[in-house]
Amino acid sequence: MLENLEKIKAQFKEELNGVNMKDEIERIRVAFLGKKGLVTEALKDLRNLDVEAKKVAGQQVNLLKDEIEKAIVEFQKTLEEREYQKEIANTERYDFSIPSDVTVGTLHPITIVQSQIEDIFKTMGFIIEDGLEIQTEFNNFEGVNIPKNHPARDMTDTYYLENGQLLKTHTSAAQNTIMRKYGAPKPGEPLKVLFPGRCFRNENIDASHENTFFQLEGMMIGDDISISNLIYFMKVLLSEVFERDVKVRLRPGFFPFVEPGFELDINCAICGGSGCPTCKHSGWLELLPCGMIHPNVLRLGGIDPDKYTGFAFGLGLTRLAMMKYNIKDIRLFNSGNLKQLRQFTI
Amino acid sequence: MFISMNWISEFTDLSGINLKELIGRFTLSTAEVEDIHEYGKNIKDVVVGKIIEINDHPNSKKLHLVKVDIGTEVVGCVCGAPNVFVGAVVPFAKLGGQVGDLEIKEAKIAGEISHGMCCSEKELGISDEHSGLMILEDIYPLGTDIKTFMQLEDTIFEVDNKSLTNRPDLWGHYGIAREIAVLTKRSLKPLDVVNTSIYKDLAQIDIKVEDAERCFRYSALTVKNIQKKKSPINMRIRLSYCGMRPINLLADLTNYLMMELGQPMHAFDHKKVSAIRVKTYPEVVDFKTLDSVDRKVDTDTLLICDEKEPVAIAGIMGGELSEITDETDSVLLESANFDGVCVRKSATRLGLRTDASARYEKIIDPELTVPAIERFLKLLMEIDPGVEVTSSLTDCYVKHYDTIGIEFNKAYVDKYTGIDITSDQIEETLTALGFGVTRNQDEFNLVVPSWRATKDVTMKADIIEEITRIYGYDNFEIRSTKSFLTPVRHSVVRSNEYRMKELLSERYAMNEVHSYIWYESKMNKELGIITEPNIRIMNSITAENDTIRATIIPSLLGFVAKNVDSNPEMGMYEIGRVANGLKEDGLVDERKRLGIVLASKKLSDKEIYFKCKEIVEQLLLSIKNVRPTFAIKEALAKYNYVHPVNSASIQLAGEEIGYFSVINPKIKNKLDKKLNVAFAEIDLELLETAAKEPLRYSEISKYPGVTIDLSLLTDKALRYENIVSYVKEYECEYLQNFHLVDIFEDEKLLPGKKSVTVRFEFISKERTLEGQEIQTMVDELLALLAAKDIVIRK
Repeated sequence: MLENLEKIKAQFKEELNGVNMKDEIERIRVAFLGKKGLVTEALKDLRNLDVEAKKVAGQQVNLLKDEIEKAIVEFQKTLEEREYQKEIANTERYDFSIPSDVTVGTLHPITIVQSQIEDIFKTMGFIIEDGLEIQTEFNNFEGVNIPKNHPARDMTDTYYLENGQLLKTHTSAAQNTIMRKYGAPKPGEPLKVLFPGRCFRNENIDASHENTFFQLEGMMIGDDISISNLIYFMKVLLSEVFERDVKVRLRPGFFPFVEPGFELDINCAICGGSGCPTCKHSGWLELLPCGMIHPNVLRLGGIDPDKYTGFAFGLGLTRLAMMKYNIKDIRLFNSGNLKQLRQFTI
Repeated sequence: MFISMNWISEFTDLSGINLKELIGRFTLSTAEVEDIHEYGKNIKDVVVGKIIEINDHPNSKKLHLVKVDIGTEVVGCVCGAPNVFVGAVVPFAKLGGQVGDLEIKEAKIAGEISHGMCCSEKELGISDEHSGLMILEDIYPLGTDIKTFMQLEDTIFEVDNKSLTNRPDLWGHYGIAREIAVLTKRSLKPLDVVNTSIYKDLAQIDIKVEDAERCFRYSALTVKNIQKKKSPINMRIRLSYCGMRPINLLADLTNYLMMELGQPMHAFDHKKVSAIRVKTYPEVVDFKTLDSVDRKVDTDTLLICDEKEPVAIAGIMGGELSEITDETDSVLLESANFDGVCVRKSATRLGLRTDASARYEKIIDPELTVPAIERFLKLLMEIDPGVEVTSSLTDCYVKHYDTIGIEFNKAYVDKYTGIDITSDQIEETLTALGFGVTRNQDEFNLVVPSWRATKDVTMKADIIEEITRIYGYDNFEIRSTKSFLTPVRHSVVRSNEYRMKELLSERYAMNEVHSYIWYESKMNKELGIITEPNIRIMNSITAENDTIRATIIPSLLGFVAKNVDSNPEMGMYEIGRVANGLKEDGLVDERKRLGIVLASKKLSDKEIYFKCKEIVEQLLLSIKNVRPTFAIKEALAKYNYVHPVNSASIQLAGEEIGYFSVINPKIKNKLDKKLNVAFAEIDLELLETAAKEPLRYSEISKYPGVTIDLSLLTDKALRYENIVSYVKEYECEYLQNFHLVDIFEDEKLLPGKKSVTVRFEFISKERTLEGQEIQTMVDELLALLAAKDIVIRK
């Protein structure tokens, strides 16, 4: 019996050595451990032995069985590793430098700049409002303290429509509507609104003039809003917009809808304020008009100027986009020229 | 406007003041200084010289060799001036001196050595006069440096006119000096004038103001025996430095006064004009202004006339006939105040804006007319002591401004400024600016000075500006507001717009564009696009584009045409405004629309149709969680670019919100026959009002479902939505879901028919369905469809 087991063992080793393919292992497993395999047969032969011999031989057969099973598993692993190595060695190396076929759409540069600014204002609690492009004379002029006979009304650069309406010349045209929509603010809860919009001027177009352009205007009205607050807000907001700690300075400026009115300058980004050709050696760049909302404008908006004050500011969105992307020709914006616009990937 | 610091220093002491700092302060507190010009520093060693001998130049007909006596010596130089004569006293630049950029050195001119240079006014930088040498009065010792009697050195600063629009008082040096006196905390000197009350017994001038609406005040005086023709050199230098060309004494004096006080004046030749009528003409009148231009003056323009005819356009320009000439020795001096709006509008209509009209436009102080005459007289008498006043000061003061009083207190200032400015400081500032200040502790009572009371300062808020600008915005302590945290109500419209834009650009790789709010008629014509009449712009300078668009699509098709040559594969969209006609109240019904256009040579007409539809559905599903329905709509055919067959209106809950279509073949043929185009337009306000479907969640069945694909044979023309509605008639709780798998068409195999494969899913939440029950359900469904002429394909 034991001799027989030795023989089986020797035969197994010999056969295993001759194996190269994975499926051949299965054949060997069947030949030795299968129902009619040599080891199984040997187990069956045990019944012919007496109890003592059965015990001894049984142990031996089981040992052999374990040994063969282990060897098969081991050998299988070895073969798998060998085949894996072979596969890797024969793998084609793909060329990652081949360009992928990706197409990205684009947003209009105005949308990009506008949404960035809106996001900044939202974080400071501003409501974003929208106004009509076709406005009444009242909203565009009287409502913002530009009465008939005011020089601004003489200007032939307003597009007037047949029905007496006009294409709004500035975003301020939305002020009256917004004030009436929200009404007088509650104590300590100032009205903070940002209203970007498209404006129109009846003039000839060239590289630096457009008849259709975007502005952005903001206002804050409350029972406790001061010039000091205005300077603070402008400094904080503009630092966010320009992503640097800007210095601001106010100069007197005249705009009918504010009193006092200011021209706001920021320190020149190119020279930092020491003076360079960009800032005409003054260290400052004129950026935007702002001021305390004129009492007449508040009154016309249904807000009592004796109780409430507010500030307003305007920003040329188109001009800002030109500054930001170094766009030299303003005609790009309304050109629909995809060769140019396709650069504004999102 | 140019401001001379020499001139300013006549009215306020500038000694010891750093001009650069002062100008910086002026920019921050008053108006922006755009530029600073230094004059005269580049004139060195120019002395008084007398020409004592002139000889011909051997090599030139134009040049001469002259000998110049400069006191200490006689020097020879080459001179090309045509007006050179023996005895002429001229400015002579010595060797080593400097004239502008030119350093004076010994030089050979046409072969002859020159030891200096005789100068023209232009070379000295005091005027454009370069036709000959500047001739000096023979009153200075030879060799005297000309700077000892000529105010050549001056600092001129240039203020942006726009920033002075609202400050009529700053349109003259005296007003600027008042401002500077406040900024430097020094005093303003009173104007040196002749008191004209001494002439009160002389005859009045015959003045009648017939138009009291347009003329507020007309003051005049007549003077005779004027001998001097030329203004003194220093007056000419000042005028010239301030951008005004010197002409003759009387014209220069009126200009000088205008630059000094901001009051325009006019000098009529008294021999030609002796009476004044201020009126408009009932009909258009021909009038030649002193620039020798014949003008048509309309009936709304105010004229100054004598008893017969117009002699000046009020506030704008005088007439040629009554102009000051070399023969003039007596004048009628006008110092008037006209309605600013009238002057502005007349100047615009005439196309003639002058220094005078620019000042009247700003609405100047009517109190200035008399001081201007008195100051004029003072200067004239200094220059030409022999003159004689021949009338009393005749003053027709027709329309007075009301005196403006303003009450306020410190608390108001505190609230408005957010900082603490003391009452003493407030009082000091306002008093210095010329306000009449009555103060009781922190309560103020102001009287606005006449020069600020024409329009500029009318209410409390205006006082804030006066106080704060002098205080200095750069001295403000800056503070955030004291406000509570409150949630912000954000406009849904805007956030949906951004979502749509991102979806279209990111998922569909489209490009956002902006187009104009009007139809581009030229492009529409090229493409054969016909648009319906809509509200028009009355005064567009591009007259062909005068119709406001009622739809965005023509703009986008124009962009397709522009871009097709560079790359025919494109997808563009715009969110923009259109005018949907007028509303009942007569106002424009402005709508915000989303326009989409797709173009391709790779996709077929049918493919691009479905691509466009897919985008629309995707958008609405993302924004509203709802699939739109589509319907045929005849009305769309009114747009000739819409396809009569392959177009459909887009509906949400039965409400139409827009449409989509492939391009009409007529337009397609003009655009590019090979280019397939589809477009869609959605009204964003209608979309906004449509309800958003809430999210719904239901448990998934634990039991397996059975899916069965059925190929249904139908008429070719039958729309899939009909099959959907038939299937929905089969009310079976286990038919959970069905959807389209494929549509097969083949004219040979299935003439007039198509095979529509639909996948049905049967499932129960309680148990596994038996094969037999499913077969029964399928049979029932097929029976129902058979009744609609839909059979299963064998």
